[in-house]
Amino acid sequence: MRLFGKRIPIGASLLVWCAVWELAGRVGVSSIFPPLSRVVAAGMTILPTEKFHLAVEISLRSFALGMAMAICVGITLGILLARVETLGRILGTWVNVFVSAPISALVPVLMGVLGIGETTVVATVFLFAVFVIILDTEVGIRKADRSLIEMARAFGARNYQVYTKVLVWSALPEMLAGIRLAAIRGVKGVVIGQLLISIIGVGELFELYSKHFLMEEFWALVILVFAFAFLVSESIAYLERRVEYYASAR
Amino acid sequence: MELTGIGKTYATGVEALRDVTHAFPAGKLSTLLGPSGCGKTTLLKIIGGLIPATAGEVRVKGKRVDGPGAERAFVFQDFALLPWATVLRNVAFGLELRGVPGEERLEIARKFIGEVGLAGFEASYPHQLSGGMRQRVGLARALAVDADIILMDEPFSSVDEQTRRKFQEDLLDLLRHRRKTVIFVTHSIEEAAYLSDQIVLLSARPGTVSQIIQPNVNRGSKSPDEIRRDKNYLDAVDDIWHVLKRYLG
Repeated sequence: MRLFGKRIPIGASLLVWCAVWELAGRVGVSSIFPPLSRVVAAGMTILPTEKFHLAVEISLRSFALGMAMAICVGITLGILLARVETLGRILGTWVNVFVSAPISALVPVLMGVLGIGETTVVATVFLFAVFVIILDTEVGIRKADRSLIEMARAFGARNYQVYTKVLVWSALPEMLAGIRLAAIRGVKGVVIGQLLISIIGVGELFELYSKHFLMEEFWALVILVFAFAFLVSESIAYLERRVEYYASAR
Repeated sequence: MELTGIGKTYATGVEALRDVTHAFPAGKLSTLLGPSGCGKTTLLKIIGGLIPATAGEVRVKGKRVDGPGAERAFVFQDFALLPWATVLRNVAFGLELRGVPGEERLEIARKFIGEVGLAGFEASYPHQLSGGMRQRVGLARALAVDADIILMDEPFSSVDEQTRRKFQEDLLDLLRHRRKTVIFVTHSIEEAAYLSDQIVLLSARPGTVSQIIQPNVNRGSKSPDEIRRDKNYLDAVDDIWHVLKRYLG
């Protein structure tokens, strides 16, 4: 973006919005929006508390577990769906349905089955993340160059080698794109899961702050969760760009 | 390398090949040539074991084969290089699949990269190379596995005309002292006459052996330009054209 002939860094727009927030808070537009400076100050006070550390720990654990399961299951199923025709036909539609389905509606059911605790949150993260990984992996494997598979076979590749030496590498850019989208959904999964359960992790804190109208703490937590989601997605995007470079001749 | 009664009918009912019987002479370069759609690439892929024939059999040194094997190596029309791997790893890929240990296969790959004239490009990626250079990588990969039979599917068709001439000369040079049996698919009459010891002309679909032409071009002492003016070379071009003309229009 240019203003008066000078290049303005992208970060500048963020500063402008911060200023708008601060002003709106000081003028007193709504009691929901305290000035940004007070939100930051509140953030500083909750960061060192043990309650916060515990919430972060439990949330990260649920996120990591759910994502790990989603990646393993998603990639395996994605490859199977692309390579086993009957399976693709039977399950393909369902994957498409679940990718766009509002998974949050299922969380209360999960609570009934898995209990009110961490397991339900892990399952929520898993369900939020897994379908987009399946879908993208399937697309990536289907898009893989057929002549590369033929080449590998001509040079004596065994069946498993066609997968490990050609197909997986071919589909890597799509897989990473799927995992990045899944990670963003996974963060939503943690928050929504914990909010609905409302006795553990970040969700518990959100519940606590909003119930007692602690808006400064509430917004500080929102900013932290946003920052985390952004950071995760950007680091996967970085990997993606590196892979794209190697695969750019496809 | 023998074919007996090879036939191929696709599931759609299209008959691509019928009763193809031919013995390819060892240590010579044979060309499969024919009108477009005559199934020459299909035949090459059957010989390579990449697609099954619906009739007949392929024998290599008297033994029947049903799939790809270490004694046959393939060079592809579209190069089929791994875009995420360097030239070095691409050339070593056939050996990698066979479980040849790392340093040994890279050593062999380096040697063949040098022979096809790509020394210095070991660490490049395929998308950084021109079409002609990519096909040299494909050729080095086929030579690296040390197969007796090399199958080439229109290897020069995605390469521009000037690069192609140079490449053809290099190919003859490379193969001359190796005594490889080469089976080469092309749609170019000049290319067939220039390169081949023997030309197998296929008829229109369903393809079958129509005629065998031996150009008898004495390449021994002649320069490429002399070969292109050689009487036998020009006669072979004429003969091929007379046969192929029948299948056109």
